[in-house]
Amino acid sequence: MALALRKALAGGIHPPERKHLTAAQAIIRPPAPESVVIPLWQHTGAPGEPLVARGDHVKLGQKIGQAAAFVSAPVHASVSGTVVAVEPRLDALGRMVTAVVIESDGLDTPAPEVVPRSQPDSLSADEIRNIVHQAGIVGLGGAAFPTRVKLAPPADKPIDTYILNGCECEPYLTGDHRVMLERGADCILGLGLLMKAAGVTRGYLAVENNKPDAVEALLPAAREAGIAVAVLPTRYPQGSEKHLIKSLLGREVPSGGLPMDVGVLVSNVGTAVAVADAVYHGLPLLQRVVTVTGRPVRQPANLLLRLGTSFAAAIALAGGLGEPAGRVVMGGPMTGTAQFSLDVPVVKGTSGILVLGRDESLAPVSTPCIRCGRCAESCPMRLLPLYFDAYVQAGNYSRTGELGVLDCIECGSCAWGCPARRPLVHSIRVAKGEARKRS
Amino acid sequence: MLEAVLILTAVGAAFGSLLAVASQKFAVTVDPRVEAIKEALPGANCGACGYPGCAGFAEAAVSGVVPADGCTAGGSDVSRRIAAILGVEVVEREREVARVLCGGGDRQAPFRFEYSGIQDCQAATLLAGGPKGCTYGCLGMGSCVRACAFDAIYMDRNRLPRVVEDRCTGCGKCVKACPRRVIVMGPVSRQVHIVCNSRDRGPVVRKVCTVGCIACRLCVKECPREAITFEDNLARIDYTRCDNCGLCVAKCPTKCIVSTAGGMEVARGA
Repeated sequence: MALALRKALAGGIHPPERKHLTAAQAIIRPPAPESVVIPLWQHTGAPGEPLVARGDHVKLGQKIGQAAAFVSAPVHASVSGTVVAVEPRLDALGRMVTAVVIESDGLDTPAPEVVPRSQPDSLSADEIRNIVHQAGIVGLGGAAFPTRVKLAPPADKPIDTYILNGCECEPYLTGDHRVMLERGADCILGLGLLMKAAGVTRGYLAVENNKPDAVEALLPAAREAGIAVAVLPTRYPQGSEKHLIKSLLGREVPSGGLPMDVGVLVSNVGTAVAVADAVYHGLPLLQRVVTVTGRPVRQPANLLLRLGTSFAAAIALAGGLGEPAGRVVMGGPMTGTAQFSLDVPVVKGTSGILVLGRDESLAPVSTPCIRCGRCAESCPMRLLPLYFDAYVQAGNYSRTGELGVLDCIECGSCAWGCPARRPLVHSIRVAKGEARKRS
Repeated sequence: MLEAVLILTAVGAAFGSLLAVASQKFAVTVDPRVEAIKEALPGANCGACGYPGCAGFAEAAVSGVVPADGCTAGGSDVSRRIAAILGVEVVEREREVARVLCGGGDRQAPFRFEYSGIQDCQAATLLAGGPKGCTYGCLGMGSCVRACAFDAIYMDRNRLPRVVEDRCTGCGKCVKACPRRVIVMGPVSRQVHIVCNSRDRGPVVRKVCTVGCIACRLCVKECPREAITFEDNLARIDYTRCDNCGLCVAKCPTKCIVSTAGGMEVARGA
């Protein structure tokens, strides 16, 4: 059943979507790259520890990095071949992270453990959680939080609802949209497995109303599985989990809390498909859909890329650049991270590679705040970005803490609409850093 | 006329005696030493002592929470005066000043990307750890200059902070302001410094800076007083042992050991 339109979130913005560049094209499976650089730290939490050394031969799907703590995730080889180095490499967040460099033998010989499971439906919740962990699955929406940790909330936090997030409110990105269109049945299957693992009976699949074709594609399988498809108004940042929960269930995640504090878990549609692949086909997380897009890109596309493919190779697979690039961003334009080297690998959290033209990426010239209040109006967390900026300039960090700077989700709605072009999100990040140092 | 004068006199006398009684009854006893110490302090309210201002420090000093030499900005002169007021002894300590342990300015250590965010070192480190090729070196955006309450630091044309020794009070605010921990406090009489903060291995340092410590250890071998130690690919000088002889300065192949005997300007060739 499709639900009627839900109430839009308070605040938020409506930036140009620019999704038409890639929304109508099917996901392309390019050939595996000749070499991959696989960082052992692609997730939120502790970095992984290497299980292979230089000279080792590895097979497709073989575990090459193990979780070093409870909040951590294993990492697997995305090609078969020879390990040529285990050394610190630059990642897309500008960190030097221990990475396994594999030269592919071009054969994609699968590891013995990568085999379809014979009786997937008889698995217990514990077994599913273990499979999810062993497959290295993390949230594919961008934050890369280990999914197994999410599935094991403390006993005093009963969970009653699981929401599968297919909003994809970031401009330009269409990977989730294509996944819902092409693998709708697996989305629902994956959600069913996640619900079973978390012991939840009520499931929602949330989609923004700018993707009616996805809703249509998902409905038959959802109806059969008893899952409600919720259609939400298109408004950025509707896909933020806190706002999704508020719009769908009317529950508000408390300040400093997590969705589990109001009895809800939220996962991205890509994560659900990865869970279905892991449980049914024994396939660990070694590839993901990446939207390579932007005006300078010759053939913008959604590519199913092996983890560890370099950004340069990914852009080349999308036809290369037709004009000089002004900026390359990992993720979307609102929350993504600008890159200074294309020699960084695609990782589990890489939802897109966005290339902007020179004229689209000019550094803004800030002028003094005119106190118009537009930032406060557009803030979906009901915060006052103008004061964060002013107090950071004055070095008064304790006041930013009192005004709730740690509740900011860094969606960028405030900076997007600022007529004085103040660096609001940057100020907020500075304030958050100071606030964390003090606490 | 007379009436008015009488009434005003009576009212004045009544309120006057009321005030006199109140001032006796509700008198707040102020320790005269607090006022005296406040007078002796520099009065910049820099906050280096950990109290909101000089008045806060004065009260704490009288109540014995902080030692008499707790005002680093005031130096030994102020410490002696406070000790005299409180009637205690202070051990004479040498004046310390800020030392900038990075010589990689724009000319020696280039940036790895163009940075257009907030011009502040803390803000810059949030983006990929900062735009400088060397991940240990000075970011050159002057957070230390803004932190200094005594106008003792300025940025030179090579975008490196310079400390004016005569003005530096040793309060240590700049040390806390630097996200790269490039600034340390050192005794003013010690003039030989290893001006590098990089823990990277030699080949990595060479790629990102022309004046970085490449971990060759020549200085360690050269030093007759064993004042130079070596840790994490970086030479460090023990100021309590160094006697400013300058042998290491001549030996260092990348010239990252400098002597401030002739002033920082001469040593670095600005």
